[in-house]
Amino acid sequence: MSARPNDRKLLAKLVALAAAMFMFAIFVLPPLYDLFCEITGIGGKTDGAYTAVAVEVDTSRDIEVQFVATNNATMPWDFYPIEERVMVHPGEAREVVFYAHNRTGEDMLGQAIPNVLPNNAADYFHKTECFCFNNQPLAAGESAELALVFIVDPDLPASVNTVTLSYTMFDITDRAVAQVSQVQ
Amino acid sequence: MAHGPATLADGWGKYISRWVFTTNHKDIGTLYLWFSFAMFIMGGAFAMIIRAELFQPGMQLIKPEFFNQMTTMHGLVMVFGAIMPAFVGLANWLIPMMIGAPDMALPRMNNLSFWILPFAFAILTSTLFMEGGGPNFGWTFYAPLSTTYAPDTVNYFIFGVHIMGASSIMGSINIIATVMNMRAPGMTYMKMPLFVWTWVITAFLLVAVMPVLAGAVTMMLMDINFGTSFFDAAGGGDPVLFQHVFWFFGHPEVYIIILPAFGVVSQIIPTFSRKPLFGYSSMVYATAAIAFLSFVVWAHHMFTVGMPIAGELYFMYATMLIAVPTGVKVFNWITTMYRGSLTFETPMLFSIAFVILFTFGGFTGMMLSIAAADMQYHDTYFVVAHFHYVMVAGAVFSGTAAVYYWLPKWCGKMYDETMGKVQFWIAFIGFNIAFMPQHFLGLAGMPRRYADYGLQFADWNMVSSIGAFMYGGAQILFLFNVIRTIGWGKPTDDPKVWEGAEGLEWTVPTPAPYHTFATPPEVK
Repeated sequence: MSARPNDRKLLAKLVALAAAMFMFAIFVLPPLYDLFCEITGIGGKTDGAYTAVAVEVDTSRDIEVQFVATNNATMPWDFYPIEERVMVHPGEAREVVFYAHNRTGEDMLGQAIPNVLPNNAADYFHKTECFCFNNQPLAAGESAELALVFIVDPDLPASVNTVTLSYTMFDITDRAVAQVSQVQ
Repeated sequence: MAHGPATLADGWGKYISRWVFTTNHKDIGTLYLWFSFAMFIMGGAFAMIIRAELFQPGMQLIKPEFFNQMTTMHGLVMVFGAIMPAFVGLANWLIPMMIGAPDMALPRMNNLSFWILPFAFAILTSTLFMEGGGPNFGWTFYAPLSTTYAPDTVNYFIFGVHIMGASSIMGSINIIATVMNMRAPGMTYMKMPLFVWTWVITAFLLVAVMPVLAGAVTMMLMDINFGTSFFDAAGGGDPVLFQHVFWFFGHPEVYIIILPAFGVVSQIIPTFSRKPLFGYSSMVYATAAIAFLSFVVWAHHMFTVGMPIAGELYFMYATMLIAVPTGVKVFNWITTMYRGSLTFETPMLFSIAFVILFTFGGFTGMMLSIAAADMQYHDTYFVVAHFHYVMVAGAVFSGTAAVYYWLPKWCGKMYDETMGKVQFWIAFIGFNIAFMPQHFLGLAGMPRRYADYGLQFADWNMVSSIGAFMYGGAQILFLFNVIRTIGWGKPTDDPKVWEGAEGLEWTVPTPAPYHTFATPPEVK
């Protein structure tokens, strides 16, 4: 009875639909979500390394950039910005330093994940150099000054006067580190 | 004509083989229904443990860790083990008889799709007895609770979900194939009973979104075991992505649960109103519209994740739009009853209660859809009350109505009407005592999924627990009534059973023979 050719065809189509939806969930949705966040700046995702282009520094505007450093979950490091806030003009490159100290007795590997608020500023906050581009090894008791060079784009929406850059430091000692660095 | 089914008189071996190897849609429907009832009792027992712990403030009976496992398992078992298989069971029993087909289109796959289910739930519930305990991250299993911070048994949970997903997909493919290819001559799409229509649409939803759920748990599996970072911010992933993927499945899922319930009620109300269903075609289009809208509103479950205002507004208005086709349905049911010659047998009582309480749950859904107000309601008992009004008073009431309505057809015996009505009133009153106060608790700010609460919530929690025990007791009466009917009920051989019943399933003898419509009927 189940040999009706119609059933076979329909079965094949429906199984294909189910398989396609599975593929969609795993291989399409996550990149689509990333793309969506990147385009809209939702989630405060910043772009990767930025190559500075010559632009005129807009001295008419003063932008306050605030820095926040947080440890994720069980991360035991001391981690904070040396300067908590700086004033910059759009277009001007500025270097700031974060301090990290591994006060445990073990060699560890950290990874800082950036986030920018407000969301509509995320696309206009460029990092030319950042410790977050790589994972950060610290030996037992070691401390380090972590550098960040950023440029606020002159096209930053006029409504934005303050930009907050927050870093969350994750303990990734236990995980495979191969691909971690390329994502930021 | 094929031989009849093996009975106990043929010996245990043959009797067990009959059920294990059966490809008969009625046998498989029966298996589904009994399985779902067993899961309903188990999920109900979990709920009783939850309500017993919440009877008074402070920790009384169980540890908070176990409480978390109970809320999680209650949700998972009720959604995937009780409600969904119950409606698949009804579909198996009824769809072939309603469209004049001899059986389901793919009988062997039908057998497989049922028999993997007990294994899925054995895997899932076995985790309760393992070191580390069962899943404790809520039935929505948000990452990173279900990945980074999950107990080691989470892998069992993941495989359990994979198996039940496969079962649902196979069941749905079977239903679609049956309805598309096996309708009796003359049974055009727009002549199909509404239960068949709602199930076809549900089946398409299932084929589309169960794989997304499988994808979500697969990504969890890879995050936990293979070092990927889909949902792990430390590796560049995003926990919010999990919520998007989950609710892309999860919102259609709630319509998967409720659409067959709409179908059941649309069969029962005309019977006991002795009038045809009002607005048949508008019912079909409304069902399709609800199904379509269910795909584009998922983020209203996540108003608090920090969406931009444009997103909040879109999901808010899109969600409110669902009230339109749903309203069409509710008004059609009411208009069907209007000026009908109504009688109030047990299935009708449950169906009317369904319309009233489901509408109530729909209205609280409207309140939740207001993005600005949802900031206050989010993750409180208001949400718990809302979805129990649509899941319990919606899906479970209509499932109960369906059993009372078709049971005489299935086994040729009448249930005890008085006992049915007693069960209805205990269930109806108990349900409202249990869940009405949870609205007040939620509005007052009591968060869901906690084993303890502030003293200001004590009174309503005690009331709610008493109602929950009442409602639980009503289900024992239900079980008793069903067993009593099958064993000792008053025999009936009236093919129609109910005076006002219409449809092909009422044209076959009562009790329904093992094989029906070996030659297709002619539908005018």
